[in-house]
Amino acid sequence: MNTLKRLAGWIWMALAPAAVWLLANTAHSEIARNPTMDTRIQWTVFILVFIPIAFGLLLFGWFAWKGEYDRLPESSAEVAED
Amino acid sequence: MQLQQQDQAANPIWKVIGASSVGTLIEWYDFYIFGSLAPIIAAQFFPQTNPTAALLATLATFAAGFIVRPFGALVFGRLGDLVGRKYTFLLTLILMGGSTFAIGLVPGYERIGFAAPIIVLLLRLIQGLALGGEYGGAATYVAEHAPDGKRGYYTSWIQTTATLGLLLSLGVILGTRSSLDPDATISVQKFEEWGWRIPFLLSILLVGVSVYIRLRMKESPLFTEIKASGKISKNPLRESFVHRANLKMVLLALFGMVMGQGVVWYTGQFYAQTFMENVCRLDFGQTRTILIWAIVLATPGFILFGWLSDRIGRKWIMLLGMFLAIISYRPIYQQMLAISDTKGMTADPARGRVDRTILPAGNSDHSLVNVTTIAQFDNGIIEKEVRKDTLYLSEKPTAKGKGKISRTLPSGRYWQMIGLVFIQIMFVTMVYGPIAAFLVELFPTRIRYTSMSLPYHIGNGVFGGLTPFIALLLTTIRQGDPLVGLWYPIGVATVCLIIGTLYVSNRIDPNVND
Repeated sequence: MNTLKRLAGWIWMALAPAAVWLLANTAHSEIARNPTMDTRIQWTVFILVFIPIAFGLLLFGWFAWKGEYDRLPESSAEVAED
Repeated sequence: MQLQQQDQAANPIWKVIGASSVGTLIEWYDFYIFGSLAPIIAAQFFPQTNPTAALLATLATFAAGFIVRPFGALVFGRLGDLVGRKYTFLLTLILMGGSTFAIGLVPGYERIGFAAPIIVLLLRLIQGLALGGEYGGAATYVAEHAPDGKRGYYTSWIQTTATLGLLLSLGVILGTRSSLDPDATISVQKFEEWGWRIPFLLSILLVGVSVYIRLRMKESPLFTEIKASGKISKNPLRESFVHRANLKMVLLALFGMVMGQGVVWYTGQFYAQTFMENVCRLDFGQTRTILIWAIVLATPGFILFGWLSDRIGRKWIMLLGMFLAIISYRPIYQQMLAISDTKGMTADPARGRVDRTILPAGNSDHSLVNVTTIAQFDNGIIEKEVRKDTLYLSEKPTAKGKGKISRTLPSGRYWQMIGLVFIQIMFVTMVYGPIAAFLVELFPTRIRYTSMSLPYHIGNGVFGGLTPFIALLLTTIRQGDPLVGLWYPIGVATVCLIIGTLYVSNRIDPNVND
């Protein structure tokens, strides 16, 4: 199970830039199709909000690959220590 | 633990749940009435004829839902971990109630010009901030009072508030809309002119009662304990999102549970409503009553699944809800379309009629012609089409083009539609009922408010809140498939289901006092 968790980490790491690329591409074509201020604002907000989330997914994948989720903490003391 | 027991004598758990839930319910009510009345508010404050005002409308919609909510989670989460739960969620309640009441008082664009949309935008941003801080506080407050082994059950009452807030907003809006005049059409007109302010103004009474109740409550016993022993976090934001051990749990909460929960929640309770109104073309009032019935019937599910999660664990209940949603959304929505379809049906000429009214068009010599065509089909659906056109002096009184269609379902189909929405809300209760207990148990007391608020509001505000927009966008990109919008919630929930299955533990934390 832990091997699977670690290998799947690569999927999450790949999914993050893929999602940003898809979003940016769609934003570009949607703004070109309807170049109004409304469309620009909507897509700028989408991209600004999703970039940090995608970075979070990348980080999640990295942690998974490094085996950080092989065993989850069972007490707050384990979460607090670092 | 001893402190918790002493507190239970002074602050009985049902009093704690009542005080927390009523306030949270009112905050959801306040947040939803703006969304439900968006077209009327847009007409009052953000006229589309003025590009700057229309721009502010877009900002009000997007900023409050997507940016400000997570930001509110950070601001108030930090405050809750530094100052305490009680005063923080009291502050969010006052901010939310005050801004909602103020929206009801702002004069329209016609009277004060640009000041109107700017004031409304600022008030809407305050609403978003306050909502971002409220939920984490209420859930933490109840969970920290709840006895071990019953955390899922007690926090599930807090989980009913988002849905009941929606129910209350729908009920107040429908009630006000229909009670301003004995004539139904005039009542709707009055509502659109000034009656829409009533649900906003009413908020101050509800908030006043809730603030009074919350002021009488004591601080969470666990927070009091860590405060007394000097263990309060000096920098909750840093401890929550920079320390690796906690950050990885925040990411797990977001990607392994909350983002899937968010899209299931918004699909069942918001996209279903949008779909009935815009794709199935159902009547405004009927879509609202369908949702009201479905919510009333499904709400006990929150308590049931919260209670069950104390017995069998939180993980599999929530993931099962996601799985059922993923596999059944397309058949459910296909059936919703079929129930409201009139294609291939024959209209009964004896029961149909055409009403034509001609009104003067402002100060011009022309007139406005309104043609209302009512047809009843052999499957019982009544279809009303309203077409409007300008009538020039030389023309005959006809209205061209396709008008606005609204359908009314007969009793049998109406109840089938309620059943289909009810199923979706049952999925909501499965994913949402146990989530407060799940989140509370992931994080330590000293940084709990901050750590659980951010993933909750990204999952619900961003992933969930985007559901109607992305679904609509997909339908414009791939026209011809009315169900294409469902791929967004299905896709997000599927990724979440896989991550949750692989990485999330089903273990119930026996001790949240640490």
